[in-house]
Amino acid sequence: MADLSGMRFAETHEWVKKEGDTATVGISEYAQSQLGDVIYLELPAVGQQLDAGARLGVIESVKAASDLYSPITGEVSEVNQDLKDHPEYVNQDPYGKGWVIKLRSVKDNAKLLDQKAYDAFVQGQSG
Amino acid sequence: MVVTAERTPLYDEHVHLGAQMTNFGGWVMPLQYSSIREEHRAVREAVGLFDLSHMGEVRVKDESLAQRVVTRDLTRLRPGRIQYAMLCNDAGGIIDDVLVYAVADGGYLMVVNAGNQDADFDWIGAHASKGAHPVLNVGRDWALIGVQGPRAVGLVQRLTPSQLGGVKYYAFIEGKVADVACVISRTGYTGEDGFELFCGTDDAVRLWRALLEEGQADGIRPAGLGARDTLRLEAGMRLHGNDIDASTNPLEAGLDWTLSLDKDFIGRDAIVQARDRGLSRVLVGFKMLDRSIPRHGYVVVDNGQRVGTVSSGNVSFTLGYNIGMAYVPPTLAAPGTRFGVDVRGTVAAAEVVALPFYKRPHPK
Repeated sequence: MADLSGMRFAETHEWVKKEGDTATVGISEYAQSQLGDVIYLELPAVGQQLDAGARLGVIESVKAASDLYSPITGEVSEVNQDLKDHPEYVNQDPYGKGWVIKLRSVKDNAKLLDQKAYDAFVQGQSG
Repeated sequence: MVVTAERTPLYDEHVHLGAQMTNFGGWVMPLQYSSIREEHRAVREAVGLFDLSHMGEVRVKDESLAQRVVTRDLTRLRPGRIQYAMLCNDAGGIIDDVLVYAVADGGYLMVVNAGNQDADFDWIGAHASKGAHPVLNVGRDWALIGVQGPRAVGLVQRLTPSQLGGVKYYAFIEGKVADVACVISRTGYTGEDGFELFCGTDDAVRLWRALLEEGQADGIRPAGLGARDTLRLEAGMRLHGNDIDASTNPLEAGLDWTLSLDKDFIGRDAIVQARDRGLSRVLVGFKMLDRSIPRHGYVVVDNGQRVGTVSSGNVSFTLGYNIGMAYVPPTLAAPGTRFGVDVRGTVAAAEVVALPFYKRPHPK
């Protein structure tokens, strides 16, 4: 299990982990289980500026295409190239090698949930 | 009004196996148990087990009625044999695609799509002549379990005293499997060899468990509707409601081989007229030339013009690229022809390929 401490979640089911003024973004365990087998991700270019809540790309599973949103404001510094050949990493390890993008110059301006609050939110959604 | 989705006799088995359930055609069905990719692979490489009990069955004893409602001439269909055919409306549109089983004690059993079973029954019944055998809607009396994959025949053979080697593709026998009285049908919707086993609803759990247990040695996996859809797409099989419906005729859908235009059937005249007028669109298979994934409803574009619609699309796990079927003008139908698919506002390149996308290596 990945280290979830310090990880925060958007209600659109992305997670973000901030380290200084950089951050890593992915999708939650709940999101990957709902999407099912991920087969393709359409991701932004490095250098693109994203506002919190802005569409950052599209994730395609066998079932459907879904939008991904940036949980935080920042500039794309890296996209996970491994996902090109291994989109299944998102299913297998959503908090680890299934990370999606990294951001720099992040501004912590978004209303996000800690893991406990997010788990309660998911419970409410699926209940 | 609250419409309650129906459950098959295997509902509790699916829940127990941890399936994600979904509503399909008015039924609560397993979408996937573990992973669509893994279930798909199990069917291509080993064996998969499907609950198909949502499918409908309509008993039509009256042979002339059956001949009138299906597109294919049934006179040469001997008992124990099966044909794929269409049920068409007066305009030649496809009400449903069905498997017609010629039954030893007379007439036919039609296996129809889950969501259409009551409408099909009403439609066929409405054309019955007074005093003839009544049409029976028996879908809810039967469970149906699919056993599909290269190891399917061997698995079922180990559980039955019947000799399955003589049961050809699109033929069926009656026999016992795991001591359960079954109709053993060599049919499927995956592109693999295998059987579909009809049994009474009370016996379904016993048969399902016996197949899962005996199949452990073969690497069996229960497979849900997700894998069923990716498998049938690779095999180029049409899905009613996606690729064919009441607004498409069998010629457009590339199903002319299911038509016996020299017999009289409902929709025949309209289909002949459509043929003589010339088709404005035809169903083709295509593959994407990049990584984008085509989906039902996406627009086909040629030279900046909207020229067609994707009817089905997804990843092909077996082939390693993305595939789909689409209705396009006949001028764009030849294999090798390229067109665009509008994938969320970006036009992605696609190329027409012959159907089916996938054929199993050693068909028997």
